[in-house]
Amino acid sequence: MAVTPKIELSGVTKSFDANHVLKGINLTVAPQESLVIIGTSGCGKSVLMKCLNGLITPDQGSIKIDGQEILGQGRAALEDLRRRFGMTFQFGALFDSLPIWENVTFRLRHQQALDKKDARDIAAQTITQLGLAASVIDQYPAELSGGMQKRVALARAIVDKPEILLFDEPTSGLDPITGGVIDRLIIDARERLGATTVTISHDMASVRRIADKVAMVHHGVIIWAGPAEEMNESGVPEVHQFVHGLAEGPLTNEKPAASPAKMATS
Amino acid sequence: MHGFVQNIGRTALNFLAAFGRITLFSITAVRWIFTPPYYWQQLFRQIIDIGYFSLPVVGLTTLFSGMVLALQSYTGFARFSAEDTVATVVVLSVTRELGPVLAGLMVAGRIGASMAAEIGTMRVTDQIDALDTLSTRPMQYLVAPRLLAGTICLPFLVLVGDVIGVFGGYLVGVYRLGFNPSIYLARTLEYLEVSDVTLGLVKAAVFGFLIALMGCYHGYHSGRGAQGVGRATTNAVVSASILILIANYIVTTMFFGV
Ligand SMILES: Nc1ncnc2c1ncn2[C@@H]1O[C@H](COP(=O)(O)OP(=O)(O)OP(=O)(O)O)[C@@H](O)[C@H]1O
Ligand SMILES: [Mg+2]
Repeated sequence: MAVTPKIELSGVTKSFDANHVLKGINLTVAPQESLVIIGTSGCGKSVLMKCLNGLITPDQGSIKIDGQEILGQGRAALEDLRRRFGMTFQFGALFDSLPIWENVTFRLRHQQALDKKDARDIAAQTITQLGLAASVIDQYPAELSGGMQKRVALARAIVDKPEILLFDEPTSGLDPITGGVIDRLIIDARERLGATTVTISHDMASVRRIADKVAMVHHGVIIWAGPAEEMNESGVPEVHQFVHGLAEGPLTNEKPAASPAKMATS
Repeated sequence: MHGFVQNIGRTALNFLAAFGRITLFSITAVRWIFTPPYYWQQLFRQIIDIGYFSLPVVGLTTLFSGMVLALQSYTGFARFSAEDTVATVVVLSVTRELGPVLAGLMVAGRIGASMAAEIGTMRVTDQIDALDTLSTRPMQYLVAPRLLAGTICLPFLVLVGDVIGVFGGYLVGVYRLGFNPSIYLARTLEYLEVSDVTLGLVKAAVFGFLIALMGCYHGYHSGRGAQGVGRATTNAVVSASILILIANYIVTTMFFGV
């Protein structure tokens, strides 16, 4: 048991005004492990993910990366930390004003003064791996379909091979074949690059393919976390309902308890 | 009565809090202007957008203002037979006051709004967070170049606007009011001092900074969704316009009698 967890959260809480989203998250991810976070819509998965690289500062708790506490550090420490992360956002978050190749190589270009030709080559190579045509690199994000944008965002996250990769719903809105390509890529990132990956997903087929470990968020806490193979026999009714996609069960029966703040934002 | 006092108190506190936040925001941004890396491409894009594409708006505004100013001051001064001061009145009013204020207000509508909308959209679509994850400071990449460009471009725009405004006055003076062209021109330059132009340019730089600051600040702190961006845009234009008028008075006072 000598291995320090890559990521370790304890007692992480976060509220937006009266909306208590995270109420004490405890979670560990081992080096080179693939964790998948599941949970019903609006339960705080995206907020949890943004806490991991400091985009959102939790109200309380501790987050350690390689045993190092990241909360309460200065800006410079946070900037150093972020260099080790790659992240995709739920809705792509590509830069509208830049063509695809500049989007993909944004960090490379600003960090290591890559010249234009090399940058374009790297961008083309990365997006073809994701099943996009190389000619796409000169287009702008608004000219691409939602699924294409998602893949470009993925290319932007993995292009400089970070140690830790965070993917917020990377396969939602994609056809099953492209979804399969993305899953393959996430597995590759771990197996070939030795990355630790945290993925949010609603797609149970994909979860089964990519997850070593699964954690379910519910009412602001992790109600179950364990090896992916044990997901079916968790013994937790909420997990059972979610994993099997049942219409009836504890998750559906308690709907009115959902926080009122959710309505205002959708 | 009690509620009334409470309201005043709360408004005052909110105002002070906002003032503090905006001051902090601008100090941070200004510091990033002078820290490498420098984002030349961003700066260049903003300069084109603010300086070049605002020329038509500023030109038209000052042209017609100069024209109407010549007519109006003629009407006034003719009443005590001081018609020949029209050229001087036009050039002083345009360079010291109308040029900077009108250009400032027009650019506030154009640039303040577009900055708030662009940065606000980036905020609500997570693009600002994405910058952070890509090891680029949003304040340095987005805000600093805009503040710098605003501060550089407005004096330039105002200088062009001054010339066009004075030319508008000349057109009316010569073709409508029958002044002799060379006398009108001589009068224009006779009482004009360097400090008049400098005052206008200093005002312009301050206004340019304020416009960009309001656009960036409101966009950066935009609420969620399209509604949030809409509100940020309105707030940026309204607050920039008000600040321009306040700053105009303050700068004029500072230069008064100099
Ligand atoms: N920046 C924010 N400001 C205020 N509230 C927020 C913010 N971000 C998230 N929330 C709130 O936090 C809650 C959880 O949101 P989050 O986006 O994490 O859900 P999620 O689990 O990712 O849902 P989905 O599966 O639909 O993506 C929601 O009630 C949301 O309104
Ligand atoms: Mg989400």
